Amino acid sequence: MEGTAYLQIAVALITLLPLLGFIVTLLFGKRMGRQAHIFPVAMVTVTAALSIYGFVWAFGHRDETFVWNAFDWITAGQFHVPWGYQVDTLTGIMLLVVGIIGCVVHYYSIGYMHGDEGYYRFFAYLNLFMFAMFVLILADSYLLLFLGWEGVGLCSYLLIAFWFRKKSASQAGKKAFIVNRIGDFGFTLAMFLIFVVTGTLEFTGVFAAAEKGDISAGITTWICLLLLTGALGKSAQFPLHVWLPDAMEGPTPVSALIHAATMVNAGVYMVARSYPLFVQSETAMTVVMAVGIFTAILASYIAITQNDIKKVIAYSTISSLGFMFVALGAGAWVAGIFYLFAHGFFKGLLFLCSGSVIHAMGGEQDMRKMGGLRTKIPVTFWTMLVGALSMVGMIPFAGFWAKDEIVGATFIAGEYVVWVVAMVTVLLTAIYMGRLIFMTFWGETRADAEVQAHIHESPPSMTVPLVILAVPAALLGLVVGLPPEGGWIHGFLEPVFYHPHHAEFRLLGEGGALMLASLLTVIVGLLIAWWLYVRQTEVPARIADRVPWAYRASLNKVYLDDIYAVVPVGATLGFAQWLWDVVDVKVIDGVVNGVAWLWGRIGDGLRPIQTGRVQSYALYMFGGMVVLVAVFAWVWGS
Amino acid sequence: MNALFWWLLVAFLLFSIGAFGVLARRNVILVVMSLELMLNAVNLALVATANFRAGAEGAGVLFALFIIVIAAAEVAIGLAIVIANYRNRRTVQVDTYDELKG
Repeated sequence: MEGTAYLQIAVALITLLPLLGFIVTLLFGKRMGRQAHIFPVAMVTVTAALSIYGFVWAFGHRDETFVWNAFDWITAGQFHVPWGYQVDTLTGIMLLVVGIIGCVVHYYSIGYMHGDEGYYRFFAYLNLFMFAMFVLILADSYLLLFLGWEGVGLCSYLLIAFWFRKKSASQAGKKAFIVNRIGDFGFTLAMFLIFVVTGTLEFTGVFAAAEKGDISAGITTWICLLLLTGALGKSAQFPLHVWLPDAMEGPTPVSALIHAATMVNAGVYMVARSYPLFVQSETAMTVVMAVGIFTAILASYIAITQNDIKKVIAYSTISSLGFMFVALGAGAWVAGIFYLFAHGFFKGLLFLCSGSVIHAMGGEQDMRKMGGLRTKIPVTFWTMLVGALSMVGMIPFAGFWAKDEIVGATFIAGEYVVWVVAMVTVLLTAIYMGRLIFMTFWGETRADAEVQAHIHESPPSMTVPLVILAVPAALLGLVVGLPPEGGWIHGFLEPVFYHPHHAEFRLLGEGGALMLASLLTVIVGLLIAWWLYVRQTEVPARIADRVPWAYRASLNKVYLDDIYAVVPVGATLGFAQWLWDVVDVKVIDGVVNGVAWLWGRIGDGLRPIQTGRVQSYALYMFGGMVVLVAVFAWVWGS
Repeated sequence: MNALFWWLLVAFLLFSIGAFGVLARRNVILVVMSLELMLNAVNLALVATANFRAGAEGAGVLFALFIIVIAAAEVAIGLAIVIANYRNRRTVQVDTYDELKG
């Protein structure tokens, strides 16, 4: 391992430092009071630097895969899993996203969480999250990945329910945890299956077996579908997406870091990491794409009528994650990771901006009570505009290049239905993001006079992170995505996805036409949003009156929460009630009380024998002796 | 009919008289005395058997000695209980000792 000693130290520290920050902050944070952020933020800053080093290493060694088994983690008979790190170019991209956004969000939180009674707790959890996330992306086996996977799930729960005195927040935390449990169940089954078939859980071993054809086609499909189930939970895809909008109960930096930029990408990352398995199963790939495109359009449809600024962005995240799955399913692996890369920055930026808006409005999240903030909070406005334009896919922002590659890939792959749905989604995305921007920043301020008087730009600790994230949100696509289908990121990630769908991009051909089509769609969408929410602001209400069923379905999230409340949740609660009323009260208590009752009755029956007369007892004894002697005499008698 | 039969017959009669006394007498002192009679019937049977059966002499006599010693201890305790009981209840009629009944 000569030559990679520095990298060994780096990856070890990348996981250890946030863990140290978590432990120290949890133990001593309370005593540090207002200074509680210093240690964890320092840890994460160093970690971010180290993760950039990890990226640089991958940059310089793009054809190599660094695998380092630090120590034996679990050994039980045939079952052997090391605590191992793996760094390749895919990990490098993830390190960059998690490291930089994690660091920025930590600094942002100093301002945002200022004065909160759980200040130290917040930073402790954030550090624990960073630890788990880095374990997830650096893991070299499914089991270690699962450790990080569960770790980020735990932190997600802790941070969604951070303001646990609020009933809705603690409920949302539980919902996220339970919904993810369903996905994790699939993931666990997939791991069992992988171990049974290949005898190992390390990526190198599993993928070598997959490429040699040691896993039969049917089993591969099952493994992929079960892995996908896990990814659906973590990456909030239909039908397990319902937890993500509720997760907005958490503090906004958490929404930005965990529920937009990093953790929710874990499912996409895991599917991309399992690429050698997925490419062997046509069925699994189709399912991935179908789920992705359906989720994308569903979430966009819901986002159009939501009034909570964070909910709109949450649904846009679900929609974006759907796009990533579409890319993976269409075989455009690089485009999917490219979108993940760009999405991390612009979606993190959008959430942090929305946090800044909420901060300015004194905690108000309802867009109907905003408006006209353009001049009052200019830094937030401009950065949020960059984020939104990147999100809708406006040239030349980062989102454009990534999204365009995905949409184009579906067309080139011959999936025309998917392509049409994707274009509709792009249109809807432009409309609801335009709606968000116009309702928040244009027009007259609709807030109360008291709130209006207090509208102020956020402190520098919050605005500087916005500016930092706005740079990659705007320019990332130009730097790594140009020219389309052949940008730097393609060359960078090709060693990982070694059979890339390689389509030569021609500006004056199919590629250029597709790009123009999606660009025009975006512009039309933005114009519609501008017309509806700036010029003719009474029109949306008229449309809602014209098609009330469509409006209400969107507003009520397609009634999925209500359906879930009846079918799985109601059924479970009913079953639990039945267990209580019938099994516990009647059967179990019945058995226990019945046994006591039986012995009571037997006692009652035998009580008359107990006369209290010594001589009758003596007679029984004597009788017993006679019987015994008779038996012995009969047995041995001769 | 050898001699052992007659010895054992005597022991059996003695035991039966003792058992009848234990079961039928109402006076607790007589019950204790009858108990002694039963023990001595057993002793007689053991000693007699030991005398007539070759190879079992030692064991039979030893058992008889043990029983005598334990019977002595038993009488001491038994009479102490009888006296204690008499002090409390002013009676030695065993059929009136019936508090512990269901």
